Amino acid sequence: MHETGENSGDNILEVRDLVKHFPVRVGVLFKRVIGHVRAVDGVSFDLKRGETLGVVGESGCGKSTLAQVLMRLEPPTSGSATFEGRDMLAMKGAELRKLRRDIQIVLQDPYTSLNPRMTVGDIVGEPFEIHPEVAPKGSRAGRVRDLLDVVGLNPEHLNRYPHQFSGGQRQRIGIARALALKPKVIVCDEPVSALDVSIQAQVMNLLGDLQSEFGLSYVFIAHDLSVVRHLSDRVAVMYLGKVVEIGTEEEIYERPTHPYTQALLSAVPVPDPELRGRRQVIRLEGDVPSPVDPPSGCRFRTRCWKAQDVCAEEEPALEIRAANHPSACHFAEQRSIVP
Amino acid sequence: MSTVDETGAGPIPSAPLLEVDDLFVEFHTRDGVARVLNGVSYRVAAGETLAVLGESGSGKSVTAQTVMGILDTPPGVITGGAVRFHGEDLLTAPDRRRRAVRGSGIAMIFQDALSALNPVFTVGFQIEEQLRVRRGMSRKDARKRAVELLELVKIPNARGRVRQYPHEFSGGMRQRAMIAMSLALDPELLIADEPTTALDVTVQAQIMDLLKEIQVERHMGLILITHDLGVVAEVADRIAVMYAGRIVEQADARSVYRRPGHPYTAALLDSLPRLDQKGTELNTIKGLPPSLLRIPDGCPFHPRCARAQDVCRTEVPPQHRPEPGRLSACHFAEELIADA
Ligand SMILES: Nc1ncnc2c1ncn2[C@@H]1O[C@H](COP(=O)(O)OP(=O)(O)O)[C@@H](O)[C@H]1O
Ligand SMILES: Nc1ncnc2c1ncn2[C@@H]1O[C@H](COP(=O)(O)OP(=O)(O)O)[C@@H](O)[C@H]1O
Ligand code: SF4
Ligand code: SF4
Ligand SMILES: [Mg+2]
Ligand SMILES: [Mg+2]
Repeated sequence: MHETGENSGDNILEVRDLVKHFPVRVGVLFKRVIGHVRAVDGVSFDLKRGETLGVVGESGCGKSTLAQVLMRLEPPTSGSATFEGRDMLAMKGAELRKLRRDIQIVLQDPYTSLNPRMTVGDIVGEPFEIHPEVAPKGSRAGRVRDLLDVVGLNPEHLNRYPHQFSGGQRQRIGIARALALKPKVIVCDEPVSALDVSIQAQVMNLLGDLQSEFGLSYVFIAHDLSVVRHLSDRVAVMYLGKVVEIGTEEEIYERPTHPYTQALLSAVPVPDPELRGRRQVIRLEGDVPSPVDPPSGCRFRTRCWKAQDVCAEEEPALEIRAANHPSACHFAEQRSIVP
Repeated sequence: MSTVDETGAGPIPSAPLLEVDDLFVEFHTRDGVARVLNGVSYRVAAGETLAVLGESGSGKSVTAQTVMGILDTPPGVITGGAVRFHGEDLLTAPDRRRRAVRGSGIAMIFQDALSALNPVFTVGFQIEEQLRVRRGMSRKDARKRAVELLELVKIPNARGRVRQYPHEFSGGMRQRAMIAMSLALDPELLIADEPTTALDVTVQAQIMDLLKEIQVERHMGLILITHDLGVVAEVADRIAVMYAGRIVEQADARSVYRRPGHPYTAALLDSLPRLDQKGTELNTIKGLPPSLLRIPDGCPFHPRCARAQDVCRTEVPPQHRPEPGRLSACHFAEELIADA
């Protein structure tokens, strides 16, 4: 592990006011930009060393875009991010190569993210081709076997192809590949969303075990609130490109203050028929508005039952107003939702 | 309401609304014969919600497709059993009889509304067409009814929306439109195959509320197919748990969650992360569901079952009735219930 020299404390990642807009173009020959998808629109958070930050929110709220920017796969429109105290968005050359070892990603659909014509050994060992300094040629086969073993796959299967594995096993292949370069941070973008419950539990346990074994930090993105609670130390709730509430797992689930967080928690079906009719029911109307033309002021106001005039005029800052953690609501107020 | 508006045979009064009886289906594939359904039986009464729960590949959709008469044959082959609607076996009934039941007796909605709706016709046209062809309604009456149906499923501005195409609807609205379409012929039984799986949780909650409301209002039978143990807990009256093409447990919803009567059900419930507590290690079910090309001898769950004994490896467990109202395909069902 290298010396940071900075006073970033125990934050491995610090993200400030991160913005990513995608142009919307029309026309065939002379494409004209008619607007922007404001996919990520001013997101700030810290990730501590060894911790898991969960990111939840409904589809289209910008979770994957955030992941892509953190991976340096998409340039941000504006904002800053530091990795171990250094500006990671400006990194070039050797420093960028190092960053690409230190931050890895695990995606939702292992099938589409794995090359069907490569053997599992080649897939897991490919990062060593790009970063030969991590594993000299002679040691690679052994390293790949070790990695397969670590994620619970049979090392003897290294000559098989992805289609010969089940969905859960393919997700393990993706995880082994992400571990190859001994990263410090893994961004998990919906890693268990496509898996059946029994398999999902296996992969979640694996992610937990790997974290303690290798001291990993996770940005854990998912739309399933139960899954996020299970793995996260802290949680950020996103709506239309913004973080609307952030806090410890307990603060978000036991003492939510933002109406959107409260509605989300209320909508999750709980696997206990005894609670039927006894839970608080908050039903939002309609769908999420378009991120091309988000509502003025508070973006949640078109679906919010507490909205007042001020909500359309002034954007609520993400700050502490109640229950000791930041919430972007003018009328933040603790309410207990989860039974 | 009677379903036999188009042909002669009358309903048998005392028979359950739907009875699936010992259904067997195989798929003939390049790799061999996949034994997809291996004796599936369940019943649904009017006004009742039966949830069919199981992990992917367990045969939930194939059962529904067989009931609905839309199974792909080939490659599928129905090798045994009956599907009785008001006591009449649809599998042996003449084609015109089956067509008559489809839509007006039994209707179905799917996970993916886009594939169920035709992209080149307006939503209104697709609802109206059924009403004109099957009910002989005039264009004007059909339009009026289509608007009513869109209002029933709470689509705002229904009068304008009937003229729009499916792609102009959001995901949640499309799901509502499909529900409206399925209700056009006033079915007595609705089969909903993963109706909210592709939706976000706040929209999922809206759609489940709507389905429940419509079901109660119309006293409709509802078969809800899902892999989501949360959704099931909120709406089901009874639950049938499927594994490898068999129903391994069947009981009323509260009993299943309070005291699972089959090791597979128990293990499924144990492997769920919970919204109301931060977990440590989840209990998992080791291994994978079996290939339907090579279902293990004995109890198909035995390679993954923590309670398996020698008998489980050789003898297929019959349906036990460890207590009234409960079926469990486990050799030790009685002990499980007694221990719980
Ligand atoms: N490459 C892109 N070009 C244009 N729009 C995009 C692109 N990627 C994502 N978007 C849009 O940005 C918004 C956020 O998307 P995404 O980050 O994928 O959300 P999530 O992962 O939370 O579902 C969506 O409206 C999506 O359509
Ligand atoms: N058209 C088909 N051809 C071949 N196999 C099929 C076909 N449809 C379904 N199957 C197989 O039948 C089994 C059960 O499928 P299905 O009923 O769709 O499962 P579920 O709905 O429980 O996820 C699966 O193994 C699936 O691969
Ligand atoms: S700021 Fe206003 S509209 Fe936004 S969440 Fe709070 S009360 Fe609702
Ligand atoms: S019959 Fe045996 S293997 Fe099957 S579920 Fe019961 S105990 Fe387990
Ligand atoms: Mg995404
Ligand atoms: Mg299915």
